[in-house]
This record gives sequence, C-alpha cells and structure tokens, in this order.
Amino acid sequence: MSVIRFCGVKKSFDSSVVLDGLSFEVENGEILAIVGPSGTGKSVTLKHIVGLLEPDEGTVEVEGDPRIGYLFQSGALLAWLTVYENVALPLKETTRLKDKEIDAAVMDALRMVGLEDSADKYPGELSGGMQKRAGLARAIVRRADIVLYDEPTSGLDPVTALSIHRLIKKLNSEQGVTSIVVTHDIQGALNLADRIMLLKDGKAVAALKASEFASSDNPTVREFLTAMKGELK
Amino acid sequence: MKFVKEVGVAGKIGLGSILLFPSVFRSCDSREDFAHQLYKTGISTLPVVTVVSLFIGMILALQVGLELRRFNQEIYLGAAVMISLIREMAPFSCGLCLASCVGSSIAAEIGTMKVNDEIDALKIMSISPLKYLAAPRILALAVMAPLVSFYCCVVGTIGGGIVGATQLGVDFGQYMSSAMSIAEDKDLFVGLAKALVFGLVIGIVSVSEGLGTKLGATGVGKSTQRSVIVSFLLILMFGYMITRICYR
Ligand SMILES: Nc1ncnc2c1ncn2[C@@H]1O[C@H](COP(=O)(O)OP(=O)(O)O)[C@@H](O)[C@H]1O
Ligand SMILES: [Mg+2]
Repeated sequence: MSVIRFCGVKKSFDSSVVLDGLSFEVENGEILAIVGPSGTGKSVTLKHIVGLLEPDEGTVEVEGDPRIGYLFQSGALLAWLTVYENVALPLKETTRLKDKEIDAAVMDALRMVGLEDSADKYPGELSGGMQKRAGLARAIVRRADIVLYDEPTSGLDPVTALSIHRLIKKLNSEQGVTSIVVTHDIQGALNLADRIMLLKDGKAVAALKASEFASSDNPTVREFLTAMKGELK
Repeated sequence: MKFVKEVGVAGKIGLGSILLFPSVFRSCDSREDFAHQLYKTGISTLPVVTVVSLFIGMILALQVGLELRRFNQEIYLGAAVMISLIREMAPFSCGLCLASCVGSSIAAEIGTMKVNDEIDALKIMSISPLKYLAAPRILALAVMAPLVSFYCCVVGTIGGGIVGATQLGVDFGQYMSSAMSIAEDKDLFVGLAKALVFGLVIGIVSVSEGLGTKLGATGVGKSTQRSVIVSFLLILMFGYMITRICYR
C-alpha cells in the first residue's frame, strides 16, 4: 500500500523549472532513497510532502494523517536553545505531556542518536555531525510514522555516517517507520534502501530495487553511476 | 504591484502577531522568552539611547539658546527644549535607536533562521512562527518603546540643562522649572502614543523582512538593511500623521 503519491508534480521558482512532472509512490514501511545531482530538486520534493511547498501543477497525496518527522539538511536547530531544549520543543509546544514524560522521551531520543552526554550544549558548540544527530533526535521524538531525511550523512565522517544509517534502519525495522532518504552517498543508499529513485531534470528517471539499481542498463542510471564511480566500492 | 503585495504580507503578519499577544503569557517558557525580549529591547539598548538623547538635548539647547539669547529670553530655554523633546524628538530618536539596534537584529535573527530552514522546522513541528517568534518580539517593542521614549525625554532635558548652565549661563533650577511648567499631559501622552506606534511599526517591519528573507548569501544582509530603511521611513510618516491629527 502506498502512503505517499506524487502525480505529475510541477514546480518552478521564478523562471527556473525545478520539478517537471514528477510522479512516484512510497510504499508503507519501506526505505526509499532519492539520489541525483545537487540542485535537481530533492529537497524541494521533500518539502512538498510536508506541505511547505505547494505544487504548481499535479498533486501530492499523503495517506491518512501520519506524523511526519523531518531531518533538515542543515539540522535547523534553534541556536538559543540547548540540544535538550531543541529536542523537547515539539513536545512542549504541541502536547500536554508532563515534564517527566517529556524528559523520558527526550533522553530516549538523545540516547538513540548517541547525544545523551551533549544534552546541555548549544548547537553552536557541536560539530556538524552532532548537529545533524540532534536534528534527527528532534525529528523522531514524537514517534513519527514517516521520517524524511535530507542528506543525513553529507559532511560526516564514514563512522558517524554508518551509525546514522544503522539508526535509520533500526527505526524502520523496529518501529516500522516509512523512510525517505535523500542522499549523495550512493554506496550507502545501495546498502540501506529497499528502493532507489534517481531524480534528474525534475523527473524520476528510475525507481528500482536497490539490488537492481547497480546493474540497471538504463542509460541515465549508468551515466549517474559512472559519475559516482569514485564512491562505489 | 509587488509593493501592494508586500504591504499585504506585512499587514497579515502584523495583525496575526497582535492577535497572538495573549499567548505570550500562556506558558512559563514563553513568559521567560518574553522577559528576555524585553531585556534585549529596553535594557541592552540603554547605552546607545542615553548618548543619542543626551546629545539631542544638548544640540537643541545650543541652537535654541543662541537664538533666545539674542532676545534676552534665555529663561524660556527649558520650555523650548522640553516642547521639542516631549512632542517630537524623544519618540523620534527612540524610534531611530530601536530600529537600528533592535529591529535590525530581529530581521537578521529571523532571516538567518529562515535561510537555515529553522522557520520551516518550526512549521513542521506545528509551532507557529508568528506565535513563537513574532508575537514576543513585537510586543516587547510595543511595551518598551514608550518607556524608552520617556527616558529619552528625561535624559535629553538634562542634556539641554547642562548646555544651558555651562554654555549659555542659564541657571539649572530655572531651566528645569521652565521645562516642567510647559509640559502638559497631552504632550506626554501623544508622545508616548507615538512611541508605541513606532514600536509596533519597527517590530512588524523587522519580523516581516526577516520572514521574507530570500535564500542565498546576500539575503540576510538585504533584509536587515531593508528593515532599517523601511522602519525609518514609516517612523517619519507616522510621526507626521500623528502630529497632524493631534495638533491643529
Ligand atoms: N524556496 C526557494 N525559492 C527559490 N528557489 C528555490 C527554493 N528552494 C529551492 N530552490 C531552487 O530549486 C533548485 C533545487 O533545489 P534543491 O531541491 O534544494 O536541490 P537539491 O536536489 O540539491 O536538494 C535549486 O536551484 C534551488 O535554488
Ligand atoms: Mg538539498
């Protein structure tokens, strides 16, 4: 069963066309990786799912009323709040949970991303990787049904990147979180995702099972893989 | 066309935030944040405000005093300085200080948040940026501006008195009693109302410019600059209009 459906979505900014008839579906409980050159509209695609952007043409449907967590490319933490307060923010502002329950949920989320020792630090005092992990803790603290990850591992060292991928996998297998992962890390995508979608010129060129992606004979996929060759082992 | 649209957006943001003012006092965290905004608006700008209003008072006293001396009317120096300060110069200089110190920092802060996706992050968490960011900042400006304006008036009057005593040979006591005799309740209240309007204008303009920041490296600089320019222009225009309505 598909939980997210894009149907002929077109989106332009000023005069530049970013999405040009994008259609794809996301199945319940799967991990879909979206890959493609930078500037092709991967982040714009994610923003359509949560309604931050509206399509010019076409439709974006989200089944039911799922809780959606969103890990932004930049982490998007509030600079004047500590890591703890950032993660607690969605619970404090939008639920009636007691402080104790909030504390338990926040520490759970922080432990999951390995940041329980940095709870009282401010985002400015964290490395890029730690900021991303804090952003991830905030995205999952409300027990999301769907989590959108915008380049969760870009700019991270391989060890941290691997731990984030493990985390995405764990959330997916243990809590059944439907996951969309936008990434540059094609090797990571091949290991992590159930399906991989290649985005180019505002369209989905191919959406293939991860096992079939590397051996696909689609010329655009081949071209992309050749360009990414350095990253494939 | 673009202008009309921008005014519409700013109007929506302004009205929306004003309607959300009560939410500022609802939770403990938001009251704490509001207190912090009050501090940033009122207290941390005091050094600049003090120097600016002191010099404005001194300049007024010097200019007016030299003229009055030609007619041997220095006894009216206090009254002349007080009238210009309480009616126009105190709210005006308070507005300029708040626009350049506080408004610019609000526009830069919110603009940076916009560029870093923090505004989008708030929306996704179902936290309204108007409630969480705009309302406490605009309310803090609206509350603090009249107080700062009153403070400008006091400091400016003292500055004028110092110049009177040291440069123009006007006794400080006589200067003060002349100043106090002319100050009417109406002048005070119209001046404070002006400052209140300026505070709201600065807040709404800065928040709107911040939220409207375009993505890209120069975006934050542009919206910061625009927030100051637009605030200055509106302070002048609203200042004139309020004077026009209240004094005829
Ligand atoms: N809010 C916006 N306003 C104007 N242009 C935008 C906006 N968001 C994205 N774009 C443009 O859309 C294009 C695709 O952006 P994006 O989705 O961020 O690419 P990526 O695939 O690297 O994530 C870029 O050229 C970007 O400049
Ligand atoms: Mg992107």
